Amino acid sequence: MTRDQAFYSALTALDRQAYVPGENKRLYDKDPSSLKNRMERENKIVESLEKAVELSGLKDGMTISFHHHFRDGDHIVNMVVDTLARMGFRDLRLAPSSLSDVHAPLIQHIKNGVISHIETSGCRGALAKAISQGLMDDPMVFRSHGGRAAAIEEDEIHIDVAFLGASSCDPFGNANGYSREGEEKSMCGSMGYARVDAQYADTVIVLTDNIVGYPNVPFGISQRLVDYIVCVDDVGDASKIMTGATRFSTNPHDLMIAEATSNVIVHSGYFYDGFSLQTGSGGASLSVTRFLREAMIEKNIHASFALGGITGAMVKLLEEGLVRRLLDVQSFDLDAAQSLKNNRFHQQIDANYYANPYRRGAAVNQLDVVVLSALEVDTSFNVNVLTGSDGIIRGAVGGHPDTAAGAALSIVVCPLMRGRMPSVRDHVNTIVTPGDTVDVLVTDQGIAVNPRRPEVAERLEKAHLKVTPIEELARRAERITGKPDPLPFGDKIVGICTYRDGSVLDLIRNIT
Amino acid sequence: MKITTPASAGTMESGDIMIEIESGEQQSVEVVLKSSVANEFGKQIIATIRGAVEEFGLEYAVINAVDKGALDCTIRARVFAACQRATGSDAFDWGKRA
Repeated sequence: MTRDQAFYSALTALDRQAYVPGENKRLYDKDPSSLKNRMERENKIVESLEKAVELSGLKDGMTISFHHHFRDGDHIVNMVVDTLARMGFRDLRLAPSSLSDVHAPLIQHIKNGVISHIETSGCRGALAKAISQGLMDDPMVFRSHGGRAAAIEEDEIHIDVAFLGASSCDPFGNANGYSREGEEKSMCGSMGYARVDAQYADTVIVLTDNIVGYPNVPFGISQRLVDYIVCVDDVGDASKIMTGATRFSTNPHDLMIAEATSNVIVHSGYFYDGFSLQTGSGGASLSVTRFLREAMIEKNIHASFALGGITGAMVKLLEEGLVRRLLDVQSFDLDAAQSLKNNRFHQQIDANYYANPYRRGAAVNQLDVVVLSALEVDTSFNVNVLTGSDGIIRGAVGGHPDTAAGAALSIVVCPLMRGRMPSVRDHVNTIVTPGDTVDVLVTDQGIAVNPRRPEVAERLEKAHLKVTPIEELARRAERITGKPDPLPFGDKIVGICTYRDGSVLDLIRNIT
Repeated sequence: MKITTPASAGTMESGDIMIEIESGEQQSVEVVLKSSVANEFGKQIIATIRGAVEEFGLEYAVINAVDKGALDCTIRARVFAACQRATGSDAFDWGKRA
């Protein structure tokens, strides 16, 4: 390096320092080894989960997080919490994006004091039943997907260590829910919820059963966010993580509801070339796609994008050119995951992009129409998707309140009764989505429009779709089923259902 | 009318009710109910079963019912069928409003 006096005088004038080889210890030294060697030596892979936990600095009372993209096939949560219990941790706060049937072993860890608090979007199975019966001293806090993203971003949930399972990961941390290199053992498609944890957690540990060569492109989680990588035998049970294509319902109630819903969309005023759409994965709401497809072809209407949990049915519309783009925060079936992997117009998005209530551009705010399922709807259009008719926790908030609030037209679908249980009633057990964000209810026995949207009711009536007051639907259900006796709720609060901004919508009490 | 043989009607399918009926030792109508909607409708279901048995004309019976959310019309139909079978009655009054 030849530098003269003039160079140094100029630097003094610029108030800058000259580069001195070896001076800045934070710089990496040049490493002449090959990429092959570096992947072997210089990687972020640690030999065991215990070692990664030690390196993370995890302490009693801290918050750990997980994602639920492996659904009921997930092995990560149980494996990690078992390990932490063995290592002697206590009073941990669990903040997974959701929980399901497979997480029943957490009951023991709650009883033993390893876990003292849980924040999640949903809970099912034996764990949910135990929580409903008063297992925990601290009530479980339920948040929507958008509400969780906002709470993490605003540091209401501070994640100390995120344990994120991945279908593939390279030695430096580029991770994804599929792999373009060889066959992944299991595939979950989009890792939309995990991406928020990766971005905001103090320490990020990726667990994978499939280490691939660098760089693992495209990636869902960037290497810059990942601290440690642990190889595990399997991240989950592939057959429970994903099944082929979600099958269309053959239940005649579902089909009646789906056809009526498609008609509502077509005549709602929001069915135009370039409209946007989200449908859920429930029986009726999934089948809407099939009826709507026919209407789109017939009237030569295309959707600019479809959002959300993506299913094979939506992928088919993309491939037929009826939908121009897919924004995918969660892939519901193998067809969706394959499409995410292979189609560049099928884009992986994170939960912040999807539904953060404080983001003006959040994708839910760009929705024209959303179709959502419900367990119960009351005569003020409040919706419950969290607690069953027996009062026991058995569902998930998911993106329900986010999309209902964001979409120009939110349509809730459910049968008027399920067996002897009326779905439309005077009061829901738990308010998950407030009625002022729900516009239309479609049941197998009639359509109701929220009085807040008289213009929608008018358009439907003009198209000769019969609109019934929601009170009449509730009365009709009660005439057939009888009036249910009040549930045996106790005095202990076992769950807090929050709205997108963290404010409390409803409380869940124990069932005795 | 008397029960001559134990009998049953119905299925364990969702939306149905399984009724098993036999003559008991008590001089009354006993109903043992297991129901998926016991908390909300247990009392109403037992009342419906009792009412149907009495309407059929039986004074003594022990009934085991396993309910999967059946509506009242279904419950009454299953009880009547079980009673018919248990009493060997073949006098079907189809015109009578059930």
